Amino acid sequence: MSSAPTAQTEVPTIVIRPSSGWIGLKLHELWEYRELLYFLVWRDLKVRYKQTALGAAWAVIQPFFSMVVFSLFFGRLAKMPSDGIPYPIFAYTGLVPWTFFARGLTQSSNSLVDSANLIRKVYFPRLTIPISDVLSGLVDFGIAFAVLIGMMLYYGVVPSSRIVWLPAFLLLALVSALAVGLWLSVLNVEYRDVKYTVPFLTQFWMFATPIVYPSSLLKGKWRALFGLNPMVGVVEGFRWSLLGAKNSPGPMIIASSAAAIALLIGGAFYFRRMEKTFADVV
Amino acid sequence: MPTSSSAGAAAIRVEALGKRYRIGRRARYKALRDVIARAAAAPARIARTLVGSAPAPSPEETIWALRGVSFEVRHGEVVGIIGRNGAGKSTLLKILSRITVPTEGRAEITGRIGSLLEVGTGFHQELTGRENIFLNGAILGMRRAEIARKFDEIVAFAGVEKFVDTQVKHYSSGMYLRLAFSVAAHLDPEILLVDEVLAVGDAAFQRKCLDKMQDVGRHGRTVLFVSHNMPAIARLCERTIMLDAGGVKLDGPSHRVVAAYLSSDVGTTAAREWRDPATAPGDQTAKLRAVRVRAPDGTVTDAIDIRRPVGIEMDFDVCEPGWTFAANFDFYNEEGLLLFGAIETDPEWRNRVREPGRYTVTAWVPGNLLSEGTIIVDAELLTTHPTAQHFFERQAVAFHVVDSMEGDGARGDWGGSMPGVIRPLLRWSTHAASGSEAGPLRAVGKADAP
Repeated sequence: MSSAPTAQTEVPTIVIRPSSGWIGLKLHELWEYRELLYFLVWRDLKVRYKQTALGAAWAVIQPFFSMVVFSLFFGRLAKMPSDGIPYPIFAYTGLVPWTFFARGLTQSSNSLVDSANLIRKVYFPRLTIPISDVLSGLVDFGIAFAVLIGMMLYYGVVPSSRIVWLPAFLLLALVSALAVGLWLSVLNVEYRDVKYTVPFLTQFWMFATPIVYPSSLLKGKWRALFGLNPMVGVVEGFRWSLLGAKNSPGPMIIASSAAAIALLIGGAFYFRRMEKTFADVV
Repeated sequence: MPTSSSAGAAAIRVEALGKRYRIGRRARYKALRDVIARAAAAPARIARTLVGSAPAPSPEETIWALRGVSFEVRHGEVVGIIGRNGAGKSTLLKILSRITVPTEGRAEITGRIGSLLEVGTGFHQELTGRENIFLNGAILGMRRAEIARKFDEIVAFAGVEKFVDTQVKHYSSGMYLRLAFSVAAHLDPEILLVDEVLAVGDAAFQRKCLDKMQDVGRHGRTVLFVSHNMPAIARLCERTIMLDAGGVKLDGPSHRVVAAYLSSDVGTTAAREWRDPATAPGDQTAKLRAVRVRAPDGTVTDAIDIRRPVGIEMDFDVCEPGWTFAANFDFYNEEGLLLFGAIETDPEWRNRVREPGRYTVTAWVPGNLLSEGTIIVDAELLTTHPTAQHFFERQAVAFHVVDSMEGDGARGDWGGSMPGVIRPLLRWSTHAASGSEAGPLRAVGKADAP
């Protein structure tokens, strides 16, 4: 490199050619477009809170009323065990990350189709679209979590030092939602059936996750296998770190993390591979 | 030397670029159940579809929107892309803006690139003007700090100062488009790709946009500009590429390519007719049915002697009673310069309500007025009170003004090129100063004084 006499900004050359096969993730480009990511999240929030009469209250209403219904039917009537924790807070602690996950999954699976106009007219890393949809759910999560803190005060639950692990479980929920969202969003571009499958999928998935029941119903090696559902690790992790549940979630969390990361990496590469056809198909 | 100056080097290099689309692909793969049904027969096929490597489609299922396109654009060049619908203009721009990938060939772009295929992409009805400026700016690739710096300029250019904190759903369509264009106009890349975005807003704002675009070109930026607006192309671009059926048909100086486009049957001609009222330009009040160029003897022609008058004629149907009308023609030369506009002033019909039916309006442009070259005419129908525009057909017709150089035109005996956008025949008088060598002889110019 010879030193240029004047400060010369480097001129980037973009090469456009047919692409085939698996291509890199171009994470640096995603980083360059971080401001767009910020604006997309900001738009989501702004529009949602402008358009809905109850605004932020929706973030609480959904998990809270589910908790009330579950407490009544599963807690009171069916006498579902809850690891010695009062059933309402047991269920709600599971519902808060679950709602974040289900919402992120639903939103991001529709994200590409909803942004068809953008995709057809402007270039930017397409990954920003599903990512922004998952990220904007964090605000709702925060609001629902504030209610959880209120419930902990009410039930006199004092978290131990395990609470420092909570952000890791939140991250695991985020990774899981994005991972599944990436796969579904791409499939949704090609097969619009996905849109109708998602509500069914999330419902089924919820009962495959220990929200209304404790994972302690399962014994031994089944627990780790159960953990392959990433949300098992998240929900059990939340209960373990916040409520001090004696559910020894270690193996499940390891299995969940591995499953989520595998899904995310696979999903991201699949997304990048199919990305080139979005503008033509969506 | 590693530090090569960017001036003169290629900003865009396109080599044998091609894009194939599959026809009916969406219909075939629309529902998952079809795929499942197919998979039952051939389990390997679904796997291939899922990873996107389905076998190459058979030729009859595909169409080449673009094929074998090669050209180079130097830094600082402003190049127009023209061609009729389906010629591949938009596909080319989509490939260069990286929205879609080519099927074959390659392109290299050197410099920060900005593309503008639509104004207002990503605008959200629920957000205010201010919020949309930031959102749209970010989508177009501007940094937040950059948008903040240009914010006042953007608002002023759009003329929406009072409504900047109003949700854009309350904007008039004109305000909305002005704001959208204004954000786009303040995009500041080294290479700008623009698709037909100037076809927005009212005439005054369009003119403002064109001026802004001209500014962009003057600042040494490279611009690739797709448009159907021939005058704009001719005015903004020194060079134009004409696409036809997915390939480059002509590439050269704009005035020549535009003239070729206009005289070829793919472009505008001396007579246009709209046989189907449903597709004719117009609103529910009036529809444009035909525009023609007539010689003084009444024949339709696309070549007019510079000394003869030329008649521009429009047929339109009035579909609703109770309106008064004024037809309007705008005359452009091949460089895109608006020579003049002319509004119908026939005293018999001025401010008189016209009953439904067919009307033919002709405007006669006197001989010895237009300069030689191609003249492009926009046809418009207005109502002046209250102001309404019923149709506005750009480049409705075009014709060539031919100077035969027979010595009785404005060029006299001069056979070289003549400057100027009009060429009126003036009354000349020349006097020799008394006492000069020529003596008392009076010289009179070519034009006989009336």
